[in-house]
Amino acid sequence: MKVEIANLSIAFPSPRGPSLAVRGVSLTVGSEKLGIVGESGSGKSLTARSLLKLLPPEARVRADRLAFDGIDILQATERQMRSIRGKRAGLIMQDPKFSLNPVMTAGEQIAESWRLHRKTSKREAREAALDLLAQVQIRDPARVADAYPHELSGGMGQRVMIAMMMAPDPELLIADEPTSALDATVQAEILRLMEDLVSRRGMSLILISHDLPLVSHFCDRVVVMYAGRVVEELNAAGLARAEHPYTRGLLACLPTLSHPQARLTTLTRDPAWMDGSN
Amino acid sequence: MDGRFQLIVVDNLVIRFGRVEAVSGVSFAVARGTAWGIVGESGSGKSTVLRALAGLNENWSGRMLLDGEELPRRRTRAFFRRVQMVFQDPYGSLHPRQTIDRALAEPLVAQGIGGADAAIPRALDEVALPQAVRFRYPHQLSGGQRQRVAIARALITSPEVLLLDEPTSALDVSVQAEVLNLLSDLQRERNLTYIMVSHNLAVVAHLCPMIAVMQGGRVVETLSAEALRAGRTTHPHTAELRALSTELEEP
Repeated sequence: MKVEIANLSIAFPSPRGPSLAVRGVSLTVGSEKLGIVGESGSGKSLTARSLLKLLPPEARVRADRLAFDGIDILQATERQMRSIRGKRAGLIMQDPKFSLNPVMTAGEQIAESWRLHRKTSKREAREAALDLLAQVQIRDPARVADAYPHELSGGMGQRVMIAMMMAPDPELLIADEPTSALDATVQAEILRLMEDLVSRRGMSLILISHDLPLVSHFCDRVVVMYAGRVVEELNAAGLARAEHPYTRGLLACLPTLSHPQARLTTLTRDPAWMDGSN
Repeated sequence: MDGRFQLIVVDNLVIRFGRVEAVSGVSFAVARGTAWGIVGESGSGKSTVLRALAGLNENWSGRMLLDGEELPRRRTRAFFRRVQMVFQDPYGSLHPRQTIDRALAEPLVAQGIGGADAAIPRALDEVALPQAVRFRYPHQLSGGQRQRVAIARALITSPEVLLLDEPTSALDVSVQAEVLNLLSDLQRERNLTYIMVSHNLAVVAHLCPMIAVMQGGRVVETLSAEALRAGRTTHPHTAELRALSTELEEP
């Protein structure tokens, strides 16, 4: 297993004592596409970021096991983490506008990410950057390589981010709402692109999203989180057979084109979902 | 276009930003008590149309009419009594250092309407917020509660028209359902007229019986929600957006 998480808890200090944001999460990821779905505050991003030790400094993390490719993340030094972050496990975030360096061209950023993990010349890195831009289906790699982030559209910026993350040839990609800031037409293209890259390179992918239908179309397996806990794990094809009332409620309250409802179903939150006694 | 029976008429609206034409001759008319939807992708000009209607951009040509009267470039105070706007991000549209009480009192003060002490509890009631919210600050509320405050603030001067710019796209889907139900209820109770802009076809079709589809600054198709649901589209862009939306609905 590329990723093993057992009984993970993440707490933050608050005036009323530690507040648990993630409570006893266990999951594994192999060479597959795993989706983590939940509403804001469900702990989905914290769970994934704990793998890279990218949590706010005040976060208190406990787990029976938190491992990436057999490496114990809880015991890993900063130096060890630097050899994992970016190189072996990449992170793609929601908005390329805030993740790209505004004063470097797209090509320079991809080349930098390439050279950081390999000993090559600047020219070779530039060649590699152009090749990566072509791989993320940019029609005119040379032009985009010389463009600054503000000159790129949202979809183009996200392709550049993906090219950058792919440069060190990572084994795991964590994508945190990678398409939420994009138009539906662009979203579909970016997801197809990620799917293609992941399957061609035999990578593991963790896709974090609030969009349950989207994730279940794209991933092999889906983990549904609520209030810091995993309430249900599904084979993506089995979404229609979801059993947990929270998962079913999330699906029912979505307006759709195919099934008009005069009044939308709302979600009645059962306190029992908080502690898993249902 | 005949404006006599329509509450809002937009006729050949053109909006330029420098050399870029963001809206190129958009026309539509909305009858009183109905909801009109505008869908499109980013950069299609949908929000630009809404902002011009709200008087937030004075740089336009063409005609815009409210109740048969041509709207001046600079809106009057009377206009804002009749037309109010709700924005996408309730956090960005509420002053972080002002209590909810102050936020709700502001439109009353601006319009010279008294009786805030009675109006504010009533406004909170109408959007199903507890009275305890009144003296809290925006950061102490959830996203859904904040959007309810934004709706309460827009409605407190009893306008006839609400301009809704992606009112639920920053919210979780469970909260989105509650806010959409609230908007339906309020429309029915007060005979409100809505113009709603969104990138989400299913959300727009839920609230709006008539929908304009925009692309590149133009309305490429106007169709009923029913026709959109049934797939009776005429423009390829509408068909593409519809396909992307329905594709995800099949389990």
